[in-house]
Amino acid sequence: MATTTTTVPSAGPIAGSRSFLARLREGDEIARMITFLFAASVVLVTVLLVFELWRDSVLPRHKFGFNFFRTSVWDPVFDQFGALPFIYGTLLTATISLVIAVPLGIGAAIFLAELAPARISDTLEFFIDLLAAVPSVIYGILGVFIVIPLMRDYIQPGLKKSLGFLPLFQGPAYGFGFLTAGAVLAIMIIPYIISVSREVLLSVPRDQREAALSLGSTRWEATWKVVVPFARGGILGSIFLALARALGETIAVTMVIGNQPIIRASLFSSGYSIAAIIANELTEATSNLHYQSLIELGLVLFLLTFVLNGLARLLIVATSQRGAGMGHA
Amino acid sequence: MHATVRPAVSVNIPPIATNAGARDTSSALAMRMTITKVNFFYGPKQTLFDVSMGIATNKVTSLIGPSGCGKSTLLRTLNRMHETVRHARLEGEILLDGQNILAQDVTAHRRRVGMVFQRPNPFPKSIFDNVAYGLKINGSKTPLPEAVEKSLRHAALWDEVKDHLHKSAYELSGGQQQRLCIARALAVEPEVLLLDEPCSALDPISTAKIEELLVQLKDLCTITIVTHNMQQAARVSDFTAFLLTGQLIEFSPTPHLFTTPGDPRTEAYITGRFG
Amino acid sequence: MSPRLRWRKFVSGFMLTMTGVCALVSVSMLFFILGYLVYHGGTSISWNFFTKLPTPVGETGGGMANAIVGSGKLLLLATIFGVPIGFLGAIYLAEFSGGTTAFIVRYAADLLNGVPSIVIGIFAYSLVVLPFKHFSTLAGGFALGLIMIPITLRSTEEFLRAVPNALREASMALGASKTKTIASVIVPAAYRGILTAILLAFARVAGETAPLLFTAFGNSFWSAGWNQPTASLPAMIYTYALTPYDDWHRQAWAAGLVLLGLILIINIVARAILSRGIAVPRS
Repeated sequence: MATTTTTVPSAGPIAGSRSFLARLREGDEIARMITFLFAASVVLVTVLLVFELWRDSVLPRHKFGFNFFRTSVWDPVFDQFGALPFIYGTLLTATISLVIAVPLGIGAAIFLAELAPARISDTLEFFIDLLAAVPSVIYGILGVFIVIPLMRDYIQPGLKKSLGFLPLFQGPAYGFGFLTAGAVLAIMIIPYIISVSREVLLSVPRDQREAALSLGSTRWEATWKVVVPFARGGILGSIFLALARALGETIAVTMVIGNQPIIRASLFSSGYSIAAIIANELTEATSNLHYQSLIELGLVLFLLTFVLNGLARLLIVATSQRGAGMGHA
Repeated sequence: MHATVRPAVSVNIPPIATNAGARDTSSALAMRMTITKVNFFYGPKQTLFDVSMGIATNKVTSLIGPSGCGKSTLLRTLNRMHETVRHARLEGEILLDGQNILAQDVTAHRRRVGMVFQRPNPFPKSIFDNVAYGLKINGSKTPLPEAVEKSLRHAALWDEVKDHLHKSAYELSGGQQQRLCIARALAVEPEVLLLDEPCSALDPISTAKIEELLVQLKDLCTITIVTHNMQQAARVSDFTAFLLTGQLIEFSPTPHLFTTPGDPRTEAYITGRFG
Repeated sequence: MSPRLRWRKFVSGFMLTMTGVCALVSVSMLFFILGYLVYHGGTSISWNFFTKLPTPVGETGGGMANAIVGSGKLLLLATIFGVPIGFLGAIYLAEFSGGTTAFIVRYAADLLNGVPSIVIGIFAYSLVVLPFKHFSTLAGGFALGLIMIPITLRSTEEFLRAVPNALREASMALGASKTKTIASVIVPAAYRGILTAILLAFARVAGETAPLLFTAFGNSFWSAGWNQPTASLPAMIYTYALTPYDDWHRQAWAAGLVLLGLILIINIVARAILSRGIAVPRS
């Protein structure tokens, strides 16, 4: 215990007056190196992942270039690969899911943040968090055995009768397809919208709402015209997060979308998504070009979710900081 | 000195006239609002005890007292803001122009009694839209640009912002933002304007500007201000009420309260023996 | 009351009621899901389900014993791989690192967190399956472990940082080394949060299917050791649900009930641990 009486306690990486050997002897330097290695491995694995995606998609990038995203023929037999049907399906189902989930989710978040007493709000939020934990494959079987029959027997005929003049709701309706996939996705992403929006709404300073009320606003006016606009950045961020989730969702989608690489206006039509085709064809790719085309699709998916998640984080952080920094003199 | 159930309250104002129409021509002073035997509870805890006083029409009344004495609580009952808090309960009577405010529609009432808050809290909108907010939701007979200009002039802010009306309110300085909040509150032409420590987050120059403003605004509406700054109360107000631990200790014309306070506790507070 | 005010109040009441309806609809989804699973899967849970191997189509009495064990093995591997990296990496971030390194590591972790699980599957496929030319439990465990890393890392770091500096300084002032401080003071103080983080990460990967399609793949029989493809609960549900056989559908429901039940229980337990109060150092 010779050196410890003169040891200067330090909390950071700069070790103060202790020598390297002293630190080594006490095991701190070893601990530092070991934990650094583990932390670095996270970076390593991430870099490796991006690198592999890039490297293993070189063939289609050279052969098709940007036409990869413009052609809609996906033919392994003739080594022709166009990504358009999958991009279409992914974007269409994601859009449908947002159209359903955003109003529902923001409405629910408003209720939880502005109206419900704290304990009810926390309890309901607890259930929403549990909903977020439900795995994709469970949504999948519910989709196959419950939603598809529901769509086929009630909802799709109903839509056809009332809105059948729109090309969106025309054509044969078997229960699976874009609409069903979008609906299932909607349920999957609602919890993300609700929990983030609720938090952001709760962080809006009280006196914003009070100022609105003190001008003679009704409760709804105060909420909708003042509190929600104040939190709009974070709410938008929650939508981006939900969108990123919807884009990357594989199992539930492939179980209900019909898995046909076609582009149709009708929401009742079968379709395909990027994640679904990767899931279905990767292990059985017939050629290197086929395999690498699927990897390129994976790269596209990665980039999309990367951008969306990044934007979402920025928006959410910026909004909560604005709430905290109000009232500067 | 311990608090009793019915504390001795020194009230030194001329006889109260409850008819808001009566002005200073008679010896009676018109009271825009009267507060009678108000007791306030937050859950089981009582924070205001039997408070009775009046808010004189077109005068500035200030509420002073140490932290936690209940002055803000009392202020917030005047525009029923306490109803936004779940466990708050009010007993007693508060009249505006002779009518019980608790029996009115709360949204309509809050338009008549406006509020400016401790920290400037403009909405995330442009300067114009901030002032126009109240007008848009309540409907306005005058065209918006005219009404907005009028309010901004009353708040002594027009010249500083007239060329920047569509900029975000957050680009203004703290003092300007607070004057914007005053303009916003004035836009709906309230009868009473409540201000809860409006200068506590501001620098001395902005504070002086707002104090000047308050004295001018008297003619437009009745003003009630909560302040922890006694000198401010002495400077701007016509009447001062001193509260201590939820009780109204003394309520007099300002010069009287500060020079010859009736109650020893008042004297102790204003001479700084406790804060 | 003016007509305009009456209308505004009506709109207010109506819209606020609608938000309540939205909340009700959203929350009720959870109960619908549980309800359907219990209704359809409850009757199919039997002793056979837990103990028998899958039988060929047409024969009843099969079960998912291999899938249950397979999931167990995969999760064990995932935890062994992912948790130490996440945990120790978090210790580095919270206790040792400087600004830039910390930023890079966090950024990488957040990036990894946002990667869709199918892309993780692709990565594991090209790294562990292709070179060895066969599917394996190892590959599956690797893929799932990758998913666990960022969840464990970010949460653990947060809880370590939440431990008040006063504790660190007190320990150092008594002459304890940094390592000792971390091991005996800081980690125990944050143990609730860390445990919760690990449990939640575990529950998350327990339900993952997509990465397993390319790594563990599937197996109708027992999978010996770690180098063979293996069945897993999520993958079995996926496969069975898409077949036209009623018996397999019933088993898929049962498996879904078991899987969701497990995941929900872990989630509830994890949150209960956390809500027992802010982590307080044991005396």
